[in-house]
Amino acid sequence: MTTLIRKMMTADSDSTLLVKSLQFLSQRAKAVVLPMVGIAVFLVIWSFAANSIDTSLGKFPGPKAVATQIGNLYHEHQSEREKEAAFYQRQEERNAKRIAKDPGYQPKIRAYTGKETFLDQIGTSLVTVMSGFILAAVIAIPLGIAVGLSKTLNTAINPIIQVFKPVSPLAWLPLVTMVVSAVYVSPEPMFAKSFINSMITVTLCCLWPMVINTSVGVAAINQDWVNVSRVLRLPSLVHVQKIVLPASIPAIFTGMRLSLGIAWMVLIAAEMLAQNPGLGKFVWDEFQNGSSQSLSRIMTAVIVIGFIGFLLDRAMLQLQRLVSWDKESANR
Amino acid sequence: MFKTIFKQPKHLYRKIMGQALVASLCLSSAMLANHSVAEELGYPEKEELKFGFIKLTDMAPIAIAYEKGYFEDEGLYVTIEAQANWKVLLDGVIDGRLDGAHMLAGQPIAATIGYGTKAEIITPFSMDLNGNGITVSNEIWKQMKGNIPKRPDGKPVHPIKADALKPVVEKYAEEGKPFNMGMVFPVSTHNYELRYWLAAGGIHPGFYAPHKGDTSGKIDAEALLSVTPPPQMPATLEAGTIYGYCVGEPWNQQAVFKGIGVPVVTDYEIWKDNPEKVFGITKSFAEKYPNTTIRLTRALIRAAKWLDENDNANRPEAVKILSQSNYVGADYDVIANSMTGTFEYEKGDKRAVPDFNVFFRYNATYPYYSDAIWYLTQMRRWGQISEDKPDSWYFDVAKKVYRPDIYMKAAKSLVDEKLMAATDFSDLTGEDGFRNPQTHFIDNIVYDGSKPNEYINKFSIGLKSGDKI
Repeated sequence: MTTLIRKMMTADSDSTLLVKSLQFLSQRAKAVVLPMVGIAVFLVIWSFAANSIDTSLGKFPGPKAVATQIGNLYHEHQSEREKEAAFYQRQEERNAKRIAKDPGYQPKIRAYTGKETFLDQIGTSLVTVMSGFILAAVIAIPLGIAVGLSKTLNTAINPIIQVFKPVSPLAWLPLVTMVVSAVYVSPEPMFAKSFINSMITVTLCCLWPMVINTSVGVAAINQDWVNVSRVLRLPSLVHVQKIVLPASIPAIFTGMRLSLGIAWMVLIAAEMLAQNPGLGKFVWDEFQNGSSQSLSRIMTAVIVIGFIGFLLDRAMLQLQRLVSWDKESANR
Repeated sequence: MFKTIFKQPKHLYRKIMGQALVASLCLSSAMLANHSVAEELGYPEKEELKFGFIKLTDMAPIAIAYEKGYFEDEGLYVTIEAQANWKVLLDGVIDGRLDGAHMLAGQPIAATIGYGTKAEIITPFSMDLNGNGITVSNEIWKQMKGNIPKRPDGKPVHPIKADALKPVVEKYAEEGKPFNMGMVFPVSTHNYELRYWLAAGGIHPGFYAPHKGDTSGKIDAEALLSVTPPPQMPATLEAGTIYGYCVGEPWNQQAVFKGIGVPVVTDYEIWKDNPEKVFGITKSFAEKYPNTTIRLTRALIRAAKWLDENDNANRPEAVKILSQSNYVGADYDVIANSMTGTFEYEKGDKRAVPDFNVFFRYNATYPYYSDAIWYLTQMRRWGQISEDKPDSWYFDVAKKVYRPDIYMKAAKSLVDEKLMAATDFSDLTGEDGFRNPQTHFIDNIVYDGSKPNEYINKFSIGLKSGDKI
């Protein structure tokens, strides 16, 4: 197509503007059409493959089964919301009745006791992953800066980082669970234990890329800038604030992006085992249920998990572009 | 979405509880002043509760009490949460993460005598009778089918005894292959039922020796039993890790539907109307929140009655509720197969078992001491209790764990408030907690709860008085 346009361009130089805009359009179309073709081919292969895989729970779910399940899950969400409204109404009536009988009673509205819907579980997962990620960032970035600034500290800590970096969340979780249930005791806890467990596991796993990237970024600061700081005799805190931090922002963000990806992957496994009511628990529960719909529901969850992971990465990329002075680093 | 993560602020809760306490004190003193009023059940001390369950159809009373609003009628706001396995569930109740749970009858008993985790757990409510089955893989079924007598129509005669399995187990032993089977927990009904069935057919299921640190239960075993969580049974059988299992529904019917195994016997045939699950709470919970305890028992009794009402008329609706993904979550047809009065053995061999799941009739909900004692006798028989105990010890433990006193208070207040009729509990007036000697066992051995040691000595396989591993 482009070559055709080019031929036209040489043939008729008067319509350069038209041709240019055509060229632009064709590039745009490429950006839209090619992924569409890719997705379409994938859907065809998927439904074909799904049809030929038989499990003890029926056929492997194809695109159609997943589409049905998305409808089902949304419908369940709505009917659960209706039940929730009825629950609050009943509760108010009951409270009113009790006040009539027992005037000293201070009415209280209790949270809905019904099940979490798929949408609720997505919300829980997002909250959990962000809390774990932010906690990791709060620890990792200062640590990374310290390691990057001091060769001695780097040599001392590097082996520890290298050993803990490849540890799977599944190995951490039992330890985290036991420690949390021993240490985190209160009669009316602010957070559910399952949430704390998943969050800490996420933190432990996504800490390392941030530490490494930050320290590498800090260590690789342009020597001229460091010299400027020396000439001005900046105190070390100001040095960090004015020179080190701005200079290593691109590296820090690259690390954060990597970490967020890891955090999201780890979260699903952690939720499965810790029974934190998020997407991981959804997948696990459906696996346990073993109904004829289970596989297609799990497949739906897989696609949703992938999609959210993609969106998280995009969001992080945008943030990086916004904050970073080195626009090039965002494309790495 | 936030409710699961963020709980109510503490000070607010205290304030409200304080006021509620003052109010209830005023109320009770007013009631003391006026003796002519019958003792009225007070408001629940703790209103927000969390109950745990394992994905099995016999959790139905909890689901029904929630869905039919019986908990709310009592002023209880209950959250129901599926647990990963029996150990997690028990630990949850012990450490207070859960206020109460659907438990194996053996769990409160074992916890009280300190086998496994030591904790004082009681039960005011027995959840059901029967409801389990033993399933073997297709391969084993093929081999044992020839040993089973046939009816004129060509279908196997029931009950199928483990005698038919014995040659298969022997063949595996000759080939040097271990014969592995699954059950759900060391002190589960399923462990004792599977052992009972195997031993009745002359297959030794192995002894425990906790005083030597051996809690695997495989000493002298011909069939090796190990723990698998209920919902994973079919998958484990399919993977070939085990050749058979004993589990509650719907996991036997699921094997039929998936075409991976054949249920050979139900626990109804091993011991007619055997007590199965109980509702467990800690003793301290019952002491701290007496009204809440009675109220949750009331809700469960009403739910159980609903499940059995009008000759199981409500069962289809119950199955629909249970098939929701947050409860049992298996397909409607799979759950319905056992809940609505039938049981499918070999594919296509569907037989009527109207009492496969009993929730209310035959006093199913009353916590009989003799039921607790049966579990204790089996713990002794297989060495989980390593030393001889006098009969009085069995009675004492049963009375510590099983609490018909709470049950009767709940029943009485239900009758007083006309929520249930006195005829619903007519058999229970003057009940001493011991069932009459029970005769319906697969090996015809009679069980009399008032003579535990005598009962233990009747078995040919198993520890007897004076034996120690």
